[in-house]
Amino acid sequence: MTETSGTTGLLLNEPLLWERGGKGRCGFSMPRRDVDSFPIEEGLVGAVPDFPELSEVDVVRHYTRLSQWNFGVDTGMYPLGSCTMKYNPKVNEKYASLPGFAGAHPYLPAQLVQGALRLMHDLERFLAEITGMDATSLQPAAGAQGELAGIMLIHAYLKSKGMKRSKIIVPDTAHGTNPASSALCGYRPIPVKSNEHGIISPEAVAGVMDEDVAGIMLTNPNTLGLFEENVRKISEIVHAKGGQLYCDGANMNAVMGIVQMGKVGVDVIHLNLHKTFSAPHGGGGPGSGPICVRKHLEPFLPVPQIVKENEAYVLSYDYPQSIGKVHSFYGNFGVMVKAYTYILSMGPEDLKKASQLAVLNANYIKEGLRGVFELPYDRPCMHECVLSDKRQRSYKISTLDIAKRLIDYGFHPPTIYFPLVVQGAIMIEPTETESKETLDEFIEACKSIAKEAEENPGLLLEAPTRSKVGRLDEVMAARKPCLSD
Amino acid sequence: MRYLPHTREDIDAMLKAVGVGSLDGLFSTVPEDCLKREPLNLPGPLTEWELNLHMASLGATMATMPEYKSFVGAGSYEHFIPSSVLSLLGRSEFVTAYTPYQPEISQGTLQGIFEYQTLVCHLLGMEVANASLYDGASALAEALLMAIRITKKTKIAISALIHPHYREVVRTYLRPTGYEVVELPYSKNGKTDLSVLDGMTELAAIAVQSPNFFGCIEDLGPVHERALETGAMFITSFTEALAYGLLKNPGSCGADIVCGEGQSLGLPQSFGGPSLGVFATKMEYVRRMPGRLVGKTVDKTGKRGFVLTLATREQHIRREKATSNICTNQGLCALGAAMYMASLGKNGIRELARLNYDKAEFLKGRLRKAGLEIRFGSPTFNEFVVEFPDSFEPTYNKLLEERIVAGLPLAPYYPELVNHYLMCVTETKTKEDIDSLVRGIQS
Repeated sequence: MTETSGTTGLLLNEPLLWERGGKGRCGFSMPRRDVDSFPIEEGLVGAVPDFPELSEVDVVRHYTRLSQWNFGVDTGMYPLGSCTMKYNPKVNEKYASLPGFAGAHPYLPAQLVQGALRLMHDLERFLAEITGMDATSLQPAAGAQGELAGIMLIHAYLKSKGMKRSKIIVPDTAHGTNPASSALCGYRPIPVKSNEHGIISPEAVAGVMDEDVAGIMLTNPNTLGLFEENVRKISEIVHAKGGQLYCDGANMNAVMGIVQMGKVGVDVIHLNLHKTFSAPHGGGGPGSGPICVRKHLEPFLPVPQIVKENEAYVLSYDYPQSIGKVHSFYGNFGVMVKAYTYILSMGPEDLKKASQLAVLNANYIKEGLRGVFELPYDRPCMHECVLSDKRQRSYKISTLDIAKRLIDYGFHPPTIYFPLVVQGAIMIEPTETESKETLDEFIEACKSIAKEAEENPGLLLEAPTRSKVGRLDEVMAARKPCLSD
Repeated sequence: MRYLPHTREDIDAMLKAVGVGSLDGLFSTVPEDCLKREPLNLPGPLTEWELNLHMASLGATMATMPEYKSFVGAGSYEHFIPSSVLSLLGRSEFVTAYTPYQPEISQGTLQGIFEYQTLVCHLLGMEVANASLYDGASALAEALLMAIRITKKTKIAISALIHPHYREVVRTYLRPTGYEVVELPYSKNGKTDLSVLDGMTELAAIAVQSPNFFGCIEDLGPVHERALETGAMFITSFTEALAYGLLKNPGSCGADIVCGEGQSLGLPQSFGGPSLGVFATKMEYVRRMPGRLVGKTVDKTGKRGFVLTLATREQHIRREKATSNICTNQGLCALGAAMYMASLGKNGIRELARLNYDKAEFLKGRLRKAGLEIRFGSPTFNEFVVEFPDSFEPTYNKLLEERIVAGLPLAPYYPELVNHYLMCVTETKTKEDIDSLVRGIQS
């Protein structure tokens, strides 16, 4: 392979925490003891937790070395489909850690936390504007919890109308969390298949929509990266039978300032602030999954809601129809701060431009990889494109091998084997923050890998070879689970 | 805009490659009647320097340490966080990674979470901990749902001394499916009254919190016996994880599931979130538990490595039959908690926990001396309930002006507890702080 970003540096080995250290070490500056010790009932006291004994330097080296075994957006292109791994602005981290925010107790009297309440109140309005909805709750802690809260809202709304329903429609191009979230509300997911163009047809929805269906969960743009063109028609069909249209807004990065979901028939949508609104994903979280709703669902939003009264902000629990609380406090406030400052940094025009460039980047990759990998749905895509390993299968090379080889070239692999409607799917979401030259390098790497698949498939089967560890035995991990030491 | 790298030339060249005439032309699959015509009605853009000023002014309205001396705990605790932890947690390789789906280039996150799972097991005396849930409240809701799945029973009993907002979240989670929630009242000693359980059968779980919302340490032994008698699973919740640096852990008291809030373990209070849902259970239930798990394995050459494992429980594979819908969790917070626990170590955690206990006892003694009643006689950790005279509210407000927050009024949560305040003292309060609080109360 020619010169690529991928290389080997000096990665240092590092044992588990308790495999280093020395008796009596402590990495914490113990606060001064300025009061006497008081007696405690002996029966209450337990054994000292078996924690390691490390100095501050031990701890710092340990985690610094661990961090160097990780690939992040700051390392390089991370085109993980449906995850919107865009650049996470540094300055947002600073704002979230301002002492006034990081040190704030959630139960202080409202007059002592006006800044946080104002920020949340304004962010609610920003998100309502971006989605074209009437009201927002920031409380859900991640996308899946937003989804759950959204379905709970529908459940509570239908109940208030005296309607008890048992089913919910979930297309085959929806996110994996959708069926699990609806099951928590007692709804049985009814699958509908996407058509030959990769989208849901009104006829398919009409075929399963009846008066026992609470609604439909539409991911739009869907997981094939395609806009659900029939969204208006689908909304009419569902509404006509008393159902509600839930939109999974995880892919909102494609349509900011371009489509307002509230204006095309959506009743409730969740957003992922850690995707569309630039908050980092933290290697698994924390996220934040606000829900935006139209007027008729507002009374059912989680409590407390933030209300502005005489130029002051207060938290109000006075919503008798509310589904209740979904979070111990008000949600992942620290993540909200980052979304708020992102929106203010971008402004309305650049938010729209971000979506345009995200779509441009995805289409550019799709064109660049045409003929390299199979393109199962050859249509203009939104923020992500889905390809497959169909052409490589004859060389006994799979999507997994291609993904692992990309690591050697210095790229994080795309999402693989999802969505399930495409066999061996390779789902690529470059996001708007990748430059043309990075995309070109990525396309060249894919071309080179496709060539290797034909000429020297061993390179792919052995990959990755430049990472800290090689391919790991996942079967052993699941068969004989070792989950702590 | 500095986050958007495209030059005019780039855009033109790319549009040409795609075969589209303009950026608007990229949206040809969006029907005309779905397109937004007018610009978004949003403020901005602000420069970094303008935003600095704006955020500083918002932050300045907030009452936080060191200007304010707050004696409020109730599920969010002010503890010192070492700069080393904050600095390590800010490393962008941790911050800007996704969930470790590609283990070969995520070993940092994976080993870090494996160590977190191990440390949590050691802290709580349990056999297996997951890679985190959202917060203490949803962790409890998930624990109860897990017990319902395992026992196939539909009724649960939860103590009235579990954090009021955790109970709210439990009700929200259980309402749509109609599971029955029985609340166990509290006794005069500030602990859960178990007598309501007499003759009760068909229970999926009994859940208590220790230390409970009044700060009192529950007798977990008798709750465990009750659970054994009724065939219910024994669930313990917590809001103050540091307590287990001193107290007997729930695992040694027979808990089947231990769940709670990990914010005390080195995470900023951050107006209530992001924090950390801690969840641990016994190995026999591992395939029924919610959330992600990291397991140890080897690579092709036999080198030790870590992967996400037992994914067949999860939403993306099991879909509607999954053990939970959770996907994104609080991974970075879990990593931070591990860094904090590693920094404290076995030498630090006992001493720090003891210091919390002693400072709270010191305030208790001072208040008693001032003629106030400590409402419940049971032992506590770093929180307790004080009963003030009817005339206290003006004093409370006056203290707020002096930048002292004299605890949390309990009446909004327990209407019978008018004039009762929940007071919390952690290591961040000096003897002098405590003395000025007591002086202020007396004046």
